[in-house]
Amino acid sequence: MNGYTYTELKDTRSGFGDGLTELGRKNKNVVALCADLTGSLKMNQFKIENPKRFFQVGIAEANMMGIAAGLTIGGKIPFTGTFANFSTGRVYDQIRQSIAYSGKNVKICASHAGLTLGEDGATHQILEDIGLMKMLPGMTVINTCDYNQTKLATLKIAEHEGPVYLRFGRPKVPNFTNLEQKFEIGKGILLNEGNDVTIVATGHLVWESIIAGRKLSDMGISAEIINIHTIKPIDKKIILKSINKSRCLVSAEEHNFLGGLGESISRVLTENDPVPQEFVATNDTFGESGSPSKLMKKYGLDSNSIVKAVKKVLLRK
Amino acid sequence: MSSIANLERITLQVRRDILRMVHSVNSGHPGGSLGCTELFVALYNEILDLNEGFDMDGENEDIFFLSNGHISPVFYSVLARKGFFPISELKTFRKLNSRLQGHPTTHEKLPGVRVASGSLGQGISVAIGSALSKKLNNDNKLVYVLVGDGELQEGQNWEAIMFASAKKIDNLILCVDLNGKQIDGSTSEVLPIGNLKIKFEAFGWKVLDIENGNSLKSIIEKLKEAKRETNKKLPICLLIKTEMGNGVDFMMNTHEWHGVAPNDEQLEIALSQNPETLGDY
Repeated sequence: MNGYTYTELKDTRSGFGDGLTELGRKNKNVVALCADLTGSLKMNQFKIENPKRFFQVGIAEANMMGIAAGLTIGGKIPFTGTFANFSTGRVYDQIRQSIAYSGKNVKICASHAGLTLGEDGATHQILEDIGLMKMLPGMTVINTCDYNQTKLATLKIAEHEGPVYLRFGRPKVPNFTNLEQKFEIGKGILLNEGNDVTIVATGHLVWESIIAGRKLSDMGISAEIINIHTIKPIDKKIILKSINKSRCLVSAEEHNFLGGLGESISRVLTENDPVPQEFVATNDTFGESGSPSKLMKKYGLDSNSIVKAVKKVLLRK
Repeated sequence: MSSIANLERITLQVRRDILRMVHSVNSGHPGGSLGCTELFVALYNEILDLNEGFDMDGENEDIFFLSNGHISPVFYSVLARKGFFPISELKTFRKLNSRLQGHPTTHEKLPGVRVASGSLGQGISVAIGSALSKKLNNDNKLVYVLVGDGELQEGQNWEAIMFASAKKIDNLILCVDLNGKQIDGSTSEVLPIGNLKIKFEAFGWKVLDIENGNSLKSIIEKLKEAKRETNKKLPICLLIKTEMGNGVDFMMNTHEWHGVAPNDEQLEIALSQNPETLGDY
């Protein structure tokens, strides 16, 4: 765990932008659509290099989702880009009918997810999107933790046939995963081996889990840490293998506990090997304006909250 | 036999199919289906440039999308009569384990359907995407999409209508079924949609009118004119005045048959007005 370090802070959305640029160069069927947030989504380079394969749709997300569905007819692989809120809740029925039910090969790429969007406040801080998307039959749901993983995920989903929801964020965060690592959809990554507790984290909470793991280690608690980037399909194997040893689990995500990663894990546990679980997630609430770090602290989504949850779950073992 | 006479025979048979399909499951939407029968028969038998068999990507062939998916009976009948799938399959309409779902879908892999529709207002966007795909593929065939007039109350349409002219989607022909009726009553009672010609022109579209959208001859002439207007930097809109329930006297001039199936007696009367021509399914 102490092996995890980083040399720079980078935003996950830049991982998406750079991944998309690379895709533009190597896969001529990749096209991109954006609803007036090209800069925010880091799609500028793709746009410059592929003007004919980039579609600015204006502030019209419903239309963007429909156009993306239509572009797949004829073999294109559309990547849509806007904020997570406008990628999901605003266009749920368009995604449901024209993309998911129709089985269209659209990649819904969503930035500024969760509280870390920060100062814009709750209108833009969606904490329900993972739930909305994982409920759709056939939808793959991915939430990446840093720049490198987001870039790898962006490259990988172009090869995957079927609709994908790729969720990432706004702020600069530690870039600590290895770009040489293989990204496999549906496969969790074991970050640290431990015996006392299993921490399963996604998105920005993965780094917080590593920090928490160090704090726990100082207290003599050995935590196994798993990075789940794919929430659907969930990697049952890695979770069950870990709790077979630890016998308790903490899930951590920047999302409402309703509908999120934690709930997906709960189902895996109750169906296979019930052990105590604690949830680090927002508690059925909207967010508010503030700096990302202060928000994460206030809403209990930081390393201290993870440590607290671990202590609680250990008492329930 | 003249081409029109042949199309009229198909039209009569399609009407019978529609009536018998909705009757057999006591559900479905006969009104709009009957109103658009001539349009579908003309499109699939005279206008669309289609390849043999069905391929989802539809490369180097014209593509048609139905946005107002509730008129699935006419879509299914015309597809079956054109050979996309066995005519006998029409008897499975809306029944368990059928490819002929209440509203069209790709989910059951029914040949001829390229996107699910039913939740209204989404078809123009999808058609634009398909038209863009054709442009990227240097495929000079056309994309057609049908929407209902009441359906234009959905906001997404206007996002798409704005986009299509702004981005010069000129390989797209939008057909609007102007029957002036929707579930709750006439469009003028429910929510007047105003002068669509002025609205579409203000949005930068080339607009053509079909005054008698239940005349095969008028439809074919105007669709051919619409085709000639493509590739001129403007999307094309055809405003097609139709009569909901056309071909069955008691179903016409009312919105009551939008989504109601005839009973046994009504079916018999309706069928007597539309004699069998190509053999019932």
